[in-house]
Order: sequence, then structure tokens, then C-alpha cells
Amino acid sequence: MCGIVGLFFKRGAATEKLGPLLSGMLGQMSERGPDSAGFALYGEAAPDGAFKATLHAPDRGYDWAAFEVELGGVFPLAAPARHYGNHAVFTLDRAPSPLFDWLDAHHPEVGVFGFGEHIEVYKDVGSPDAVAQRFGLERRSGTHGLGHTRMATESAVTTEHSHPFSTGPDLCLVHNGSLSNYNRVRQSLRREGIRFVTDNDTEVAAGYLTWRLHQGMALDRALEAALADLDGFYTFAVGTGNGFAILRDPIACKPAVLAETEDWVAMATEYRAIATLPNASAAEIWEPQPATVYCWRRQ
Amino acid sequence: MIEVDLAQSSVRALNARLHQPTAQTNQLYWQVLNPNGAHAIAVGLTQPLQIEIKGHAGYYCGGMNAAATVIVDGHAGTGVAENIMSGIVRVRGNASQSAAASGRGGLVVIEGNAGARCGISMKGVTIVVGGSVGHMSAFMGQTGVLVVCGDAGPNLGDSLYEAEIFVAGTVASLGADCTETDMTASDAERVAGLLGRAGIKADAARFRHYGSARRLYNFRVDHTAEY
Repeated sequence: MCGIVGLFFKRGAATEKLGPLLSGMLGQMSERGPDSAGFALYGEAAPDGAFKATLHAPDRGYDWAAFEVELGGVFPLAAPARHYGNHAVFTLDRAPSPLFDWLDAHHPEVGVFGFGEHIEVYKDVGSPDAVAQRFGLERRSGTHGLGHTRMATESAVTTEHSHPFSTGPDLCLVHNGSLSNYNRVRQSLRREGIRFVTDNDTEVAAGYLTWRLHQGMALDRALEAALADLDGFYTFAVGTGNGFAILRDPIACKPAVLAETEDWVAMATEYRAIATLPNASAAEIWEPQPATVYCWRRQ
Repeated sequence: MIEVDLAQSSVRALNARLHQPTAQTNQLYWQVLNPNGAHAIAVGLTQPLQIEIKGHAGYYCGGMNAAATVIVDGHAGTGVAENIMSGIVRVRGNASQSAAASGRGGLVVIEGNAGARCGISMKGVTIVVGGSVGHMSAFMGQTGVLVVCGDAGPNLGDSLYEAEIFVAGTVASLGADCTETDMTASDAERVAGLLGRAGIKADAARFRHYGSARRLYNFRVDHTAEY
């Protein structure tokens, strides 16, 4: 099972509508994945040259204030941190790789769920509604977002194994299905310098796209390449700083529905998630074809 | 006419009400409002009711239908009219994958397109699709007829038993053991009759006829009685 939702506003600044709408869509997919949930939000850009990192700690009472003081002593912070229980968002004005090394050395208990100019990633075990509430999704704004409700089949039910997976700047991926050749693909991607933190198949798909984008491929081309290199069942929804894409495997076992109006594109595993959107009845609605890349870019 | 608003009532309560009427019922006409993609609307009906669903339906709409007429005035999700026994299920929009799966009888009309595996394992149902069907349609079809006015996706009729397929447009590829057979005058007449029953306008003379080559594995039609 698993449920996927995505909402992408085609133009304009970050909107307050995003959080409540994405939250409503996510709740509709609870029966498809009640064990854990997560979402990625693409919001206001970090100040010039800076990037945001969504960090998570193992417990909800983590002392982020003390952590911020320590982190700020090493990396200049471009904005005050925001805390959400076991997650916190830090805005740093340096490239991210020294941060990863510093965390490994000084705070191995803290992980990175996402980083980039726009992206913030929140995920945890629990029902989709509980996870949305825990991180205040209803009150968040943005230009686009992806969500996932998980019914684990392939690896453990933990915060780290929840989706979305983000392995490169502003890139994230949610997945319904299971990959079969991910161990070998992970091995070759590690040689290319892609970092993995779990044994999860979806993280490999995200890492694969990160590698292809880093090679200079556009998102649609990277997904076409994925059709040849990733084996298994999948419906993927992918977000980038200004893009949104959907891909189903050639057999298309895993469901997907797309809807588009003049203002937005929405994707969900089932139509009932899309039905919650204003103006859904006026949207063009279709089932994405197998092995076909659907890609949008913000104007 | 009886109206049921799914914004107010659960699908379970609706289905329980639809299962109440007996053969002598006067409660023949029903309208379902605000389906919003809910699953299993109007399933397991056994009386000749007419139910019109005003909007998009979720999975398995009209499943196991016997005798009733279920109309979806919108799109339908996975497995519309799965295991239909008799009666009619009509989708005015498009249907997702596995439409009329395992259907044993009755008529399923998809006025738009149907997704992958339309008529998978069909066992006697008649399916008329006004648009195109996706890959692996009529997979392992045992008996019944699939009429496609548009195109068929890859691997049409894979591992077909004795179901028949008529396609007016192009066929991306035939599945294992599916082959084109003669389109006789009586076949064209049958197709015209089915199009008429479905209320879909298409020229019966344009259809081509596909069936099983009967060479797959150990299946021999001469031994049907022994299987």
C-alpha cells in the first residue's frame, strides 16, 4: 500500500493555502498507510547563498536551543532556528557538506532529513493526521509540497524509514511500491559519492535522481533514465526547488491520479485526496500512463 | 427518486439501504450525490434498481452487481464492476485499471477510456469501451466479449482462453497466444448489436476481431469438457 499526495502551484509566491490543503489530502490517504507519514514543503527561499537544513533528533524533548548555540559557534547561522519537537530547521550560510561531517563527528544522534534553498522535510511514525498536527502542517505556507503515508513492506517502521527521502539539494521523492535492484544501485551510487543513511529502497531512488541531476540532466531526462536503471514497482512523485514530476513503472501496478487546473497540479494515489481541493470538480483529471514522465516547472 | 448524499451518509449506510429492496420494490430510482472518490459505492446489488452516481467514484464501484443498473456520471477508479454477474454498469467518463475484472455476465460500458487490464480474467461479461484500453486488457479472458472503439495498449488478450475481442483502432501489440481471426458478417452484426445496447456510436464495419490461437501451454479446446 502507501499513499502519495502532491500539490504544486504553477505560479506566484508561497501561499498559505498549501499547508491546509496538503494536510487535507494527506489525511484522506490514512487507510493506505497508517504507520508513519511525512511531507516536504517548498517555502520561501533562504537568504542569498544560504541554505536550510531540516534536522531531526531521536527524542521530542531534544534540547535544540543548546544545539543551536553549539552549531552557531561553528557555522554562521543566517536566520534563527525553528523547532518542531524532534525536528528543527537551521539556516546556514555555507555549503552543506561540512555540516554533514560536523554532525557525524559531534552529534551522530542528529540526522539531516533535507536541505536546500526551499525545502523542509518532516516525517515521523504515527498516523498521518497526528504527524501533520505534530509539525503544524496546517499553518505552513509554500509553493508546492509532497506527502506520504506509509504501510511498510520493505524495511522497518521508524522515523528514518518514513518518506519523503531527500538526498540532494531541494530534491525529494515519495514512493508507492518496492524496488528490486536497489542494493546494487546503492553500491554504485555510493562510489559516485551519494550519501545514504538507511537501507530503504526509496532512498536509493532519490539518490539516483540526485546523481543524475548532479550530472546536469534535467528532471524529466533523469526520470527517463530511471526507467532503464531502476527495477521494481513504483509510482514516484518528485519535487525540486521549482519542479514537480510523476513517474509510474511500465507495468503501472501502483495507482495514481493526476488533476490540473489553471492554478495547480495535484497528484494522489486515489482521487478522494484530490476531491478535497477547492475547484477539484473543474480540474482535468486523468490516470498517468505507464512509463511516461509528467513534469511541471514553476513559471 | 431517492437521493443519498455521501457528504451526509456513509457508503456503508448507502449500501445497506440499497440491499433492502425486494423484487416488488417501488424504490427503483436512486441518485448518489458527492461521491468524492469513495470506494465500494453500490456494490453487491441484487434487484433491478437504477442508481446514478453524480461525480467520480473510487474503487470497485458497482462490484458484484446483479440485475441493477449503476451509472457513474464521472470517472471511476480501479475495479469498477469487478465480478459483475448481470445488469449494467455504465461509466460516463474514464475508468481506471481492471474495469469489469472477472465479470461473469451483464454489460459494462465505459464511455471514455479504460486503463490497464480492462476485462482481466473476464468470464462472460460484455464490455464496450467508447475510447481506448490500456495494456494487458482481457488478460486470461475466459469467455465474454470486449469491444474497444479506440485503440488497445500493449499485450492485448495475453493468455486468452475463449473470450473474444473487437478493436476498431490500432492494437499496440498482441499478448501471448492472442491472434487476429476472421471478422465475418455475423461478427459485424453482433458488434453492431452490442454498440446499440451500449448506446455508443461507432461503425461496426471498422472493427477487427481477435481471439485465442489455442496453442498456449496444454490448453486444447477439444478437451474443454475434461477441464
